[in-house]
Amino acid sequence: MGAYIARRVMIMLPTLVLISILAFLVIELPPGDYVTSYVQTLMTAGRQVDDALIENIRHAYGLDRPVTVRYFLWISRLVRGDFGFSLFFKASVGEMLALRLPMTFLITLLSLAFSWVVAFPIGVYSAVRQYSFGDYFWTVLGFLGLATPNFLLALVLMFVAARYLNTSVGGLFSPEFESAVFSLGKLWDFLKHVWVPMVVVGTAGTASLIRILRANLLDELKKPYVEMQRAKGVPEGRLIIRYPLRIAVNPFISSIGWILPQFVSGTVITAVVLNLPTAGPLFLQAVRAQDMPLAGAFIMLTGFMTIVGMLVSDIVLAIVDPRIRYG
Amino acid sequence: MADSTGILAYEVERSVFTASQWRLVWLTFVRHKLAVASAVFLILGYLSSAFADFVAPYPTDFRNDDAPFVPPMRVHLRDTDGRFHRPFVYALELERDPVTLRPRFREVTDRRYPIRFLVQGAEYEMWGLIRSRLHLFGVDEGAYYYLLGTDKQGRDILTRTVFAGRISLTIGLLGVTISFVLAIVFGSISGYFGGVPDMVIQRIIEVLTSLPQLPLWMALAAAIPINWPIERVFFAITVILSLISWPGLAREVRGKVLALRETDYVTAARIDNAGTPRLLFQYLVPGVLSHLIASLTLAIPNMILGETALSFLGVGLRAPAISWGVLLQQAQNIQTVALSPWLMTPVFAVILVILAFNFVGDGLRDAADPYKS
Repeated sequence: MGAYIARRVMIMLPTLVLISILAFLVIELPPGDYVTSYVQTLMTAGRQVDDALIENIRHAYGLDRPVTVRYFLWISRLVRGDFGFSLFFKASVGEMLALRLPMTFLITLLSLAFSWVVAFPIGVYSAVRQYSFGDYFWTVLGFLGLATPNFLLALVLMFVAARYLNTSVGGLFSPEFESAVFSLGKLWDFLKHVWVPMVVVGTAGTASLIRILRANLLDELKKPYVEMQRAKGVPEGRLIIRYPLRIAVNPFISSIGWILPQFVSGTVITAVVLNLPTAGPLFLQAVRAQDMPLAGAFIMLTGFMTIVGMLVSDIVLAIVDPRIRYG
Repeated sequence: MADSTGILAYEVERSVFTASQWRLVWLTFVRHKLAVASAVFLILGYLSSAFADFVAPYPTDFRNDDAPFVPPMRVHLRDTDGRFHRPFVYALELERDPVTLRPRFREVTDRRYPIRFLVQGAEYEMWGLIRSRLHLFGVDEGAYYYLLGTDKQGRDILTRTVFAGRISLTIGLLGVTISFVLAIVFGSISGYFGGVPDMVIQRIIEVLTSLPQLPLWMALAAAIPINWPIERVFFAITVILSLISWPGLAREVRGKVLALRETDYVTAARIDNAGTPRLLFQYLVPGVLSHLIASLTLAIPNMILGETALSFLGVGLRAPAISWGVLLQQAQNIQTVALSPWLMTPVFAVILVILAFNFVGDGLRDAADPYKS
């Protein structure tokens, strides 16, 4: 097991390097650099800008060096935990993200939990009662969830929350709790708000989870060992839970790999609509203002977290399913 | 009688036995009723966006300053005297709500405007070629018929939804074409050659699938200069969408190529001295094609949703371009949703198209391998 984990971590490294190159490319991509836009602001303000000054600023920011050198400078700072300076917000990227990323991942995890909790019973039901009315009903609903854009669902739920449930809309806390210290009241207030993004982000992945669980369980139910147990007189409920379900549930664990990136995307757009204090709206602003240090850091971090999430899911899977070889 | 049905069954059977693979795929596909219905729906959707000038009741840029925020209009069957007529509407008169100052509309009931098919309306020039005034449906001059209501500027939402389909529907097709080429190239190289190229391509694919798509799309889309013309922005967005969507497809191609590489017919071709390009493009790629097309169909909705999300966030296409995402931008805040929910109707176009693509893709996937079972 230890060797397996070590091997997986080793494989992770080149992936991380590639992610960092990609994130850096995103930073470098817009034509011109920060100085070009800075100089333009100065010029429109009517100030004379001589070439020596431009060169000086460029040099100060290290923008006059070749791309590869700048990449290595960026990455070596990154490894030491220095994400650089946000040009738009005029603040340290690391500090800004430290404030908002935990909430982003909390919402992502809650959504994951939501889609598991919803998909699990429905998937089992649809497989056990294949082609029943319920099976079709949930399938259709699942497909609708898949096809509805996240942001629209967010808007509709926000409307419902404001109109019929009398909760303040948007954000994660009511105004009176915004800056309060942690208390049970604040937790309750948080729960009253967090269900909207949780449902919105979670719905998108639920449909595919249901389909996968249903298909896997159907495959298992056809196997001879199930028939054997039935012949021995094991009650139907126990029979399903005991073995077929245990095997069919594996894709749930490995789903983290493909569902986590999807949910991070979902969180970004939902957070913009609902004005949540997560990294999503920050990222959108950064991207619009071409504040690339911030945008690049966000991509780098979410990529990193997803990779770690995948690693964890693979390890859990290896523990749960003894058939998986640590190869 | 019994004889002739026997012969008939034999004929049918023989035609199945000797049918080409694509014919078999087709035969399996048409058994999936939902997929066929969805395919028909999609074809209608593409046709109506191609002939948008004719299908839509008004030109895209047509604004009616006296009709902002008109709710979807009521169609009447009975006039004020209680007599029945063919479906008709009344002209609307704008007045303001004395308290909220929001526009309110009163029906002017002294003249009926029956809804007719194939009416003469505003002149248009379809594809810059065909000059006409013919519209699929509408009412006579003097009134307007807004099936789905109007927006802030008094523009017909149905008209704009139909026209927006042009961009939103083609972005999926075009993007998938680019993904298709990338997937075939990288997938077959990876599967056929193995070794170092396989390693490198697999790592790249892994990275691209593990990164959250939307933030990457946003970052790349934001790099598009604001002063670019619409066509160039459209093309750039398409390229960005497909650049991040191909890895899943490439992985599928690779798996299939790996499996096919060891089959007898490929070995036979190799013994027959077929070169690498010939092996790849005459024997391996066609073998992968049916599966790939199914996966491509399932990839289109993702791109349509991607464009919608980007435009909604304001980093994708911008007005005056119209796509479903641009239209939905108007419904961005809670006030609009509460006061004029009909501004959200373009979303039904999005949902229906995405569902249809999913069903067609499902049907194609089942049909892709007609030899199984």
